[in-house]
Amino acid sequence: MNEERKEYWRWAESRWTNPEISDWQGRTITAGVDIGSTSTQAVILVDGELFAYSNMRTGSDSPESANHAMAWALEGTGMTLDDLQYTIGTGYGRVNVPFADKCITEITCHARGANRIYGPSVRTILDMGGQDCKAIHCDERGRVTSFMMNDKCAAGTGRGMEAIANLLGVDIGEIGDRSFQVEEEPKPVSSMCVVFAKAEVAALMRSGWSKEMVLAAYCRAMAIRVCKLLTRNKMEPDFAITGGIAKNKGVVKRIEEIMGVTALEPQGYDTQIAGALGAAIIAIDMLKKKRARGG
Amino acid sequence: MLANYGYEDASGTYYITIDTDMCAECTDHACVGSCPAGLYDIILDDYDDEVAEIREEQRNSLRTLCSGCKAGGKTDWPCTAACAAGAIRHSW
Repeated sequence: MNEERKEYWRWAESRWTNPEISDWQGRTITAGVDIGSTSTQAVILVDGELFAYSNMRTGSDSPESANHAMAWALEGTGMTLDDLQYTIGTGYGRVNVPFADKCITEITCHARGANRIYGPSVRTILDMGGQDCKAIHCDERGRVTSFMMNDKCAAGTGRGMEAIANLLGVDIGEIGDRSFQVEEEPKPVSSMCVVFAKAEVAALMRSGWSKEMVLAAYCRAMAIRVCKLLTRNKMEPDFAITGGIAKNKGVVKRIEEIMGVTALEPQGYDTQIAGALGAAIIAIDMLKKKRARGG
Repeated sequence: MLANYGYEDASGTYYITIDTDMCAECTDHACVGSCPAGLYDIILDDYDDEVAEIREEQRNSLRTLCSGCKAGGKTDWPCTAACAAGAIRHSW
């Protein structure tokens, strides 16, 4: 008999269409596609307003991932690829968006996207991606004033958290809540490397630690690691977190505790679309420039 | 903008900071030719300024790549010496 093994790391893919925008013809339509190492997002704006987006896992082929993400975002809207007037590709696979007019780095796009999601008061952004972590400083217009990233290893990234979810057999969406179900906060896991952290976690389980204790220890270790990056790049309120890990309360609350700040709330936005949203916003400026040049 | 390229690992923290606001006004780009490891490149950034950056494929090997210039505790590294604007800093 063929049995399927559950994959606990699989986070939910999603799409959304704005029910308040039905008449988009004749209006300015721009898009952003963020191909990350782990997830891909496509965002469509109509006159600068969020119209539709999709958020899905990145496949092995970047152009195909971009096509799939955009096709899913467009699904059911009546809009087609030909209706997009300017599209910007961003993220790790930004040069592989077949229908993009321009590529811009994810650092610039995340800052601009966070400026929209969290408002102009945001100064420090922590983007916790699938395989890297970035501390970004920006001004009131969402223009980057400094950045620092670490993509040397998977510790402190979404991929690291996925590995722990699978190892412990805990759904990735439950990690945050369960990490608080401990009587006392345990010491963080000591290993910086995910491979060694997995070995350490296995040893802790064998020594009688509950899954909740291990999750608390791992979330704290991840928080400590990214807080070093934040401190090094200068931490200034208001502070916001983007990327998939922003959905993990276990990490977010511990970062807040260590840094002594409260992260801004995303006001209903999916924190994973920040990069693609920023790209679509920048596309509006690019489209204006293009039209001014007579293009 | 302060662009920090590099990494932290178990052995330490290795970042090269480039102040691109200073960099954008430079025309001779002496940093590019000064580095024996060829770390520096000139790019058009997202704000349409011509600035220096550390080549992507070398960002996670700075400790090794810079070791020749830093051997014996030397502090007069070719890249920082070549940058007249003082736009380049090393964290280690």
